[in-house]
Amino acid sequence: MAKPRKTSLYHIHESLGAKMIDFAGYLMPIQYSGIKDEHHAVRTSAGIFDVSHMGEFFVSGSDAEAFLDTVTVGNVSGLHPGDAQYSLMCTTAGGIIDDLLIYKKQSGYLLVVNAANTESDFAWLNQNIAGDVEIQNISDDTSLIAVQGPASRKIIGSLADCKIDSISFYKFQECLLNGHEVLLARTGYTGELGYEIYFDEPHAPEIWSAISDAGGEEISPAGLGCRDTLRMEMKYCLYGNDIDQNTNPAEAGLKWTVDLNKPHFIGKDAIVANAKSPSRRLVCIQMSEKAVPRQGYSIWKGTDQVGVITSGTMSPSLGIGIGLGYVDAEHSKTGTELSIDIRGKQKSASIVKAPFYKNGSLHD
Amino acid sequence: MNIPDELRYTKDHEWVREDGDAAVVGITEHAQGELGDIVFVEFPEAGDNVTKNEPFGTIEAVKTVADLFAPISGEVLEINEAIEDAPELANSDPYGEGWLIKISISNAEELDSLMSASGYKLFIESEG
Repeated sequence: MAKPRKTSLYHIHESLGAKMIDFAGYLMPIQYSGIKDEHHAVRTSAGIFDVSHMGEFFVSGSDAEAFLDTVTVGNVSGLHPGDAQYSLMCTTAGGIIDDLLIYKKQSGYLLVVNAANTESDFAWLNQNIAGDVEIQNISDDTSLIAVQGPASRKIIGSLADCKIDSISFYKFQECLLNGHEVLLARTGYTGELGYEIYFDEPHAPEIWSAISDAGGEEISPAGLGCRDTLRMEMKYCLYGNDIDQNTNPAEAGLKWTVDLNKPHFIGKDAIVANAKSPSRRLVCIQMSEKAVPRQGYSIWKGTDQVGVITSGTMSPSLGIGIGLGYVDAEHSKTGTELSIDIRGKQKSASIVKAPFYKNGSLHD
Repeated sequence: MNIPDELRYTKDHEWVREDGDAAVVGITEHAQGELGDIVFVEFPEAGDNVTKNEPFGTIEAVKTVADLFAPISGEVLEINEAIEDAPELANSDPYGEGWLIKISISNAEELDSLMSASGYKLFIESEG
């Protein structure tokens, strides 16, 4: 294994007393004060996250639109400059290669992919390149700071020279933040009002500090630990846990990302076939007793195993164990009573409607 | 790192305090830090017998779960009921109000197999 890399905010994390872990080849903060504290800070005020490990590609050229319409499942030609789109790249068999964000700029497209997949995604995109398309891997030159929580608009608005109120959900603006050019997007992974801010890597410590200072008591550094609990409460998929090349968009509940009206995209035939009646579905599972489901635990209906947990945690917002898992389609209805094998003991649970946490400020 | 000298320690990052014929057991400062926010503890019941080095319960944190291993063999005399309502005590005061269970000492020699504070410090260093 190569030595894990450090983001340009590593020294700030250290000075804040973060517990660092190796995540996808990067030394990243898992927590500062504690996962629960940070989770609640994001739900009630604001948190600042270093997510610079994420991969970024810039795709340009006269055929870029047609290319992206072929390699991703969504409608790229329908995007206007300033639009963001959550999408997927799939294999011809319909398996998910990665989930990603696409930001449509005047000059081309910014693609944001999972850190663990950056190299393989870049190779796969290049294998499928056609016509006048240039793909640049700008991951090392790009920093990403996420500011999430109901207070995020006020904090970012005080630093950015744009009309922040006019950035609606899944839109972005290019503007100056603390004097530096940034792409300021109203996207996130927490279920709260929030922004993801992309900019040139050398400015990261200055921008982090400016946001922290502007937020004062209202903002807390937040690590990957609470990022995971926050996203689980929203049923947002984590690549490698809930989705991978062995899962397809329909069973993952991601059919909404797929534009079946496009004449062609990689994986279309398989996705269409799967979409009719997926044999299993990713569902939200809430424990009925004191227990925490975790990745790999089996899901039972009576004496039959009907599925497996792909992500699980104690929900800091709800105070109960929650999990995501694939369950045979016939047992996947909301309200179905199930049990989870938790280290040899059957603990009762039921399928609930997504998301687990319903009071987020996402659309405020 | 707080590692009180008067306690004895296991390789599973638990501490033991002799209290007459009984031993009070908890997790160490190091263990609570590694686990992160503790959300509940699954205890045996008073009257159950536990066996040295065998699991007697589990400790669930937000991010992970760990087995609790009996540092000595004996009967469970008491569990810390305060933990049921406030599991975070095991984070905030692991050697005090965050204690877990009290076990009768059935074989005093088992206590001698546990590490001293200094030994435990060296053990953590070697694991580090």
